Amino acid sequence: MGVVLETVAVSRSFGAVKAADNLSLRFAEGQVVGIVGPNGSGKTTFVNIVTGYVKPTHGRILFRDRDITRLRPREVTNLGIARSFQIPQLYTHLTVLENMLIALSVQERRHWEFWRPLRLDGRVEAALRVLDQFGFQDGADQRVSTLPEGGRKVLDVALSFALQPSVLLLDEPTSGVSVDDKFGVMDTLMRVVKESGVTAVFVEHDMDVVARYADRVLVFAEGTILADDRPEAVFANPAVRAHVLGEGV
Amino acid sequence: MKLLYGRGWLLPGRGWLLVGLFLLIAVAPFIPGWLVFLLTIAFAKGLVVLGVVLLLRGDLVSFGHGLYYAAGAYAAGLALRAGLPVRDAAVLVLLGVVVSTALAAIVGLFLARYRGIFFGMLSVAFSMILYSLLLKLYWLTGGTDGLSVRVSSIFGLQPGAEYLRLAQYYFVLALTVGAVYVAYRLTASPLGYLMRAIYDNEIRVEYMGASVRRAIYRTYLLSGALGGLGGALTAITVGHIAPDLAYWTVSGEFVFVALLGGTGSVLAPLLGSVVFEFVRNYAFKLSPYTWQLLLGSVLLVVILFAPGGLWSIFERLARREPGETAPRKERRWALSWRR
Amino acid sequence: MEQLAIVGLDGLVFASYLFLVSAGLTFIYGVMRILNVAHGSLYGLGAYLGAWLVLRLWPGGTSGQGPLNPALSYVVLLLAALLVGLTVGPFLERVFIRRVADRGEVIPLILTFALFLILDDVMKLIWGVNPLLADLPYSMLGSVSLAGVNYPRYPFLLTGVAALAGGLLWLIVNRTRFGKLVISVIADREVSSALGINVPRIYTFAFALGAVMAALGGAFIAPMISVVPGISIEVIILAFAVTTIGGLGSVGGAAIGALLVGVLRAAAVHYAPEFDLFVIYALMTLILLVKPRGLFGGVEVRRI
Repeated sequence: MGVVLETVAVSRSFGAVKAADNLSLRFAEGQVVGIVGPNGSGKTTFVNIVTGYVKPTHGRILFRDRDITRLRPREVTNLGIARSFQIPQLYTHLTVLENMLIALSVQERRHWEFWRPLRLDGRVEAALRVLDQFGFQDGADQRVSTLPEGGRKVLDVALSFALQPSVLLLDEPTSGVSVDDKFGVMDTLMRVVKESGVTAVFVEHDMDVVARYADRVLVFAEGTILADDRPEAVFANPAVRAHVLGEGV
Repeated sequence: MKLLYGRGWLLPGRGWLLVGLFLLIAVAPFIPGWLVFLLTIAFAKGLVVLGVVLLLRGDLVSFGHGLYYAAGAYAAGLALRAGLPVRDAAVLVLLGVVVSTALAAIVGLFLARYRGIFFGMLSVAFSMILYSLLLKLYWLTGGTDGLSVRVSSIFGLQPGAEYLRLAQYYFVLALTVGAVYVAYRLTASPLGYLMRAIYDNEIRVEYMGASVRRAIYRTYLLSGALGGLGGALTAITVGHIAPDLAYWTVSGEFVFVALLGGTGSVLAPLLGSVVFEFVRNYAFKLSPYTWQLLLGSVLLVVILFAPGGLWSIFERLARREPGETAPRKERRWALSWRR
Repeated sequence: MEQLAIVGLDGLVFASYLFLVSAGLTFIYGVMRILNVAHGSLYGLGAYLGAWLVLRLWPGGTSGQGPLNPALSYVVLLLAALLVGLTVGPFLERVFIRRVADRGEVIPLILTFALFLILDDVMKLIWGVNPLLADLPYSMLGSVSLAGVNYPRYPFLLTGVAALAGGLLWLIVNRTRFGKLVISVIADREVSSALGINVPRIYTFAFALGAVMAALGGAFIAPMISVVPGISIEVIILAFAVTTIGGLGSVGGAAIGALLVGVLRAAAVHYAPEFDLFVIYALMTLILLVKPRGLFGGVEVRRI
């Protein structure tokens, strides 16, 4: 399996805080990687850097051997790296279906059409199919602002997924979701991810979630990688347990 | 091929639409001339307001649309002055639209990068530049005296003097229907939805891979074209143009009418424009010093109590299904313009 | 040489009343983040009230005949400005503007535009549309010979008023307790509120200050012009240009902007009169394109 995404000695500071410290990571095609670490360890910064929202002070980001360090989020997305957000970024005044239709139209590069309507039957069917995959059987005509938090998070991921990316970055997909729904949400998301074979990297606080779904776990601490291994190995690591789980301190 | 899509929130029930159109066509020969004139002007200016509304739906307020209004009008006027052999309304209007679209293509390159009040300020600055040129280069533009715009035919037809007013009315009505339809197709299209998405969450649009600036630019082109169309039509209907068309108060008036009518439909600007012209006409007859007072108060009331404009009131009265009113209503109360 | 002197002087005069209006406008924006279109109306009201009072109290016109000493006409102008600024200003702010202060920047702008329309008619209803020529304060000061040209003295009074008002504003903001609260609100209104500062009261106070400045501009320009309904409309767009050039929120910027615009216009009037308006708006456009925050701007510009 080839390397689809690579960061080379990426560093970024915000004033005195080192959010990313010489990060060199490789992600293989089809991997499902979990990123854990305490608050402020640089997890979200990592996602921001990869997607072009924040520029690293040093280092490069390579996507399929192409240097994407200087690219803007829009260009990064168009190349094939999509992300979801900790606080779901949706078009709250539009319906779930409309959100998906827009995402699909952008994916098909048909978002510039100004004569043919958005809601063509064929497109609506396609949108409903994607929504169905993510569990939105009936709610397609609901306005997004009426969705519960779990639904919003899933939709956020669904929209990014609809762009058919090669790499999908999920920023805390279950944060804010009630405990009862967490696994339901992750089950849905990961099922779709595994079926499609997309490379997924998700940032999480919940260790159980990470242990269950990830092939590989990266432990962040103060901008560096504390551990990089299979979940079982990582969670058995005493340094990890001390730093992230607070045990034995 | 379907002509009308969507759930009807852009247009009222199709039946009512046809009835309304039929009325507008059939009633005209039987109403007094001044009323025909008023409606004609209201439609022409309503097109400019439609241009403003298209941008409002993307959270952009163009305080300088007088730029296109004047550009369209003066394109026609200057062409006539320069000795254009064909004094045909259709030709002049086409000229006006072409000129204003070209202008929008240039101005839009700069303007599409701005938001909020800076978008507003830059747009008014451009319009004031045109105003200052139209005003002072009197040897070219006629200065404060303005130019007369007299057409001798419409689409080649030459209505007699007594039918001129009526002929202009139908001409403007036809073009208005056409323009509104084009705007309707735009709002139902992916680009139209992209503008609404931009209004809602610009960052998400960029993260989807769509260029916000380009979406705004393309919408701005149509917006400018509509402004020029309205300007040329006004020029032809009134028969005389002056630099005032580009002054900031005229642009302000368009924004006023846009809010008065509401942004919930492509018909709302026309509704607002007709109401505006009527109120102004009557208020002026009452006293020339109170129509601004009245209209200003109406705008105050709209801003404070009915931010969705007349159209939202109209929708509520028409008692649409709650699923359809709810989105529009909530959206407008949330119309905070906050960035 | 004379030409340059005249251009400079003309520019200074133009800059003076523009500064008074623009300083108030930009100050209010800095504190409340609201561009007040009705600022032009406050200017107009100051002009109308000032002119009207002078004409009433000295019906003899420039002969100075009247119950009071003509020298008091300057005080009358000042009082007119203070009256307008301290009553109409806070009234507008508390009754109307405050209600939309939390709805971003554009809605309040449009609201103030509505107020502008209303006030324009109010002025017409009160004072009619005939011009008011209250030139007693102007003619009383006569003229002086400068650089070989006879130049009226009154415009220098106007400049003096502008400088004084600007200085006072600076003093109030930088040297009084109230001023420190204002600075705090400008920096961060939420934090200020959390610190216990009565933000609404600061708003009203700032608005009143700005309103007084505008009314001063109107009252003291009145003796130099014929006061007609159109002056409010003209001045506000010029003030927008000046504040944009100087930078929204910066009073110092308003001063520099006013000077730039004043001198530029005076130069154009003398050397290329067809472009006297054009240069102002061309400069405004240029600044917005090249340095959108203005020359001394402190406000973040939204653009991508």
